Amino acid sequence: MRLAPPLFPYRRPAALDRPGPEAAPLVIVGAGPVGLTLALDLARRGIASVLLDEEDTVSVGSRAICWSKRTLEIYGRLGLGQRFLDKGITWQRGRVFHGEREAYAFDLLPEQGHEYPAFVNLQQYHAEAWLVEACTATGLVDLRWRQRVAALETLPDGVRLRVATPDGEYQMQADWLLACDGAHSTLREGLGLPFLGQIFHDRFLIADVRMRAAFPTERWFWFDPPFHPGQSVLLHKQPDDIWRIDFQLGWDADPEAEKDPARVRARVARMLGPDVPFELDWISVYTFRCRRLERFRHGRVFFLGDAAHQVSPFGARGGNGGVQDADNLGWKLAAVLDGRAPESLLDSYDAERLPAADENILNSSRSTDFITPKNAAARAYRDAILALSATQPLARPLVNSGRLSRPAILTDSPLATGGVATAPAPDAPVLRDGQPDWLLRHIGAAGDGFTLLAFAGPGVPPAAAPPGLTRVVVSQEETPGALFDHAGLATARFAAGPGEAVLLRPDQHIAARFAAPELAAIAAAHAKALGHAP
Amino acid sequence: MTLAREPRLPDPDGWYAALMTAHRDLDEAASRRLDAALVVLLANHIGDAAVLAEALALARAAVSPPAAAGPAAAPAR
Repeated sequence: MRLAPPLFPYRRPAALDRPGPEAAPLVIVGAGPVGLTLALDLARRGIASVLLDEEDTVSVGSRAICWSKRTLEIYGRLGLGQRFLDKGITWQRGRVFHGEREAYAFDLLPEQGHEYPAFVNLQQYHAEAWLVEACTATGLVDLRWRQRVAALETLPDGVRLRVATPDGEYQMQADWLLACDGAHSTLREGLGLPFLGQIFHDRFLIADVRMRAAFPTERWFWFDPPFHPGQSVLLHKQPDDIWRIDFQLGWDADPEAEKDPARVRARVARMLGPDVPFELDWISVYTFRCRRLERFRHGRVFFLGDAAHQVSPFGARGGNGGVQDADNLGWKLAAVLDGRAPESLLDSYDAERLPAADENILNSSRSTDFITPKNAAARAYRDAILALSATQPLARPLVNSGRLSRPAILTDSPLATGGVATAPAPDAPVLRDGQPDWLLRHIGAAGDGFTLLAFAGPGVPPAAAPPGLTRVVVSQEETPGALFDHAGLATARFAAGPGEAVLLRPDQHIAARFAAPELAAIAAAHAKALGHAP
Repeated sequence: MTLAREPRLPDPDGWYAALMTAHRDLDEAASRRLDAALVVLLANHIGDAAVLAEALALARAAVSPPAAAGPAAAPAR
């Protein structure tokens, strides 16, 4: 039996009964994972927002189910990481089948010593319910359900919105507008912004199936299985005895006919065999596109997540990419709104997230091209590679059933100093006052979120931090107040020895490294990372 | 490294005959898969991106004008 989704109450907005537009510094549109993550991130930095959503509940169906390590680290920073770990299905192994045989298996995180695994599977509706709860608890997110933007007009210093509610329309004047309203973004359409990219001529059926099954907690991908010949099938385990199955259907499939529950039931039964009882929880048929906006910032309007870019589902790069957009923009908006950074800092959102979107689009397009061969040559190569992969490990790197989401690593961010690659800080196990702890829990956790990670060792003191920076000391020996790198993994993963230091941004990304840290150089790198011209 | 362009096969006729023998009795689709498997094995053996790119361009030019660059970023709605 399916649990009833939470219903969030519509409240008649006060602006309906007042003359003139309501002034709101920051308006987020779309209470999906991306909008909610951004609202929560901003609230934890002390920034209030109004969050509009035309529905009054969470997503229908599992939708985004694979939450990547980097996304889990972001939710760790936002105080929700443990909930994902407790409820979600942790997996890191994948198996690829071809025809009746297993071609090979892979392990996404062979390395130990990280708080979060490679992936956790969890229905999107659970994540959304927790995010709503967390946003509400901050007291800084004004969640407005059943309210949608009916029209918008951009102004030099903000955006004028007409908001439709069950009780009529009202006007809002927002200083900043964050469009997190998904693939069919009405804000994107309202501004007449074209989406550039390609459509893939294929259709997929998603079924959330409730059953008790003995499959292991692994990602299983079939090319041309006997139960669904000529097409691919993907199986993922989710919590609550729900299994997610994606059937490739081909371009000629009739989407309406394929949604017929009797037909879906027959497909699933062919896959599971006659003796496995199951119930259908959710069915959807989709096509997909790989495309993006030319720019994500348009004056005072920012686009995040699917509203800004879309990818194929292979690789779990849609939801994870969107959450990382929010991670990137939240601290920048907070810094500008607090007056700590110039408005130009916000241009770095485009500089950093456009390449990330391109990387996701590139990888998911390539996966789709492998999974759905476009011509006889592509089919021959794909089938030859799959056939070889069963016995020849050399062919396995060419098998592409989805290149699973990894954080983007930028080599030329305008915020970085000294040509350092802008990558998320690696996690590592540490001891604090003798207690097991994780390094990343201390990055971006205090003050304005900038952290100087100062490495110390026997006889080598940690670097000093200039004013305004939180210093976290990583020591090779047990020292009060420091994180003891007892396994040596922090030192190894940062490749930073005693006396060296790393400047980390509020989104836990590396901004600068110092072999011989000096206060002035650290302060300059800090200023540059906040968008101040050198 | 650059692509070796001088003749290097010790027994060209023998190699060609072996290739034809491998294709014998295969239908069109299986023949394509055989060639594809062979290309994958040899490409891995070479393992040098510049050599492979040079060979690919040379092969393409031998049968047809050069391939167009990747998929065009045409507006899609």
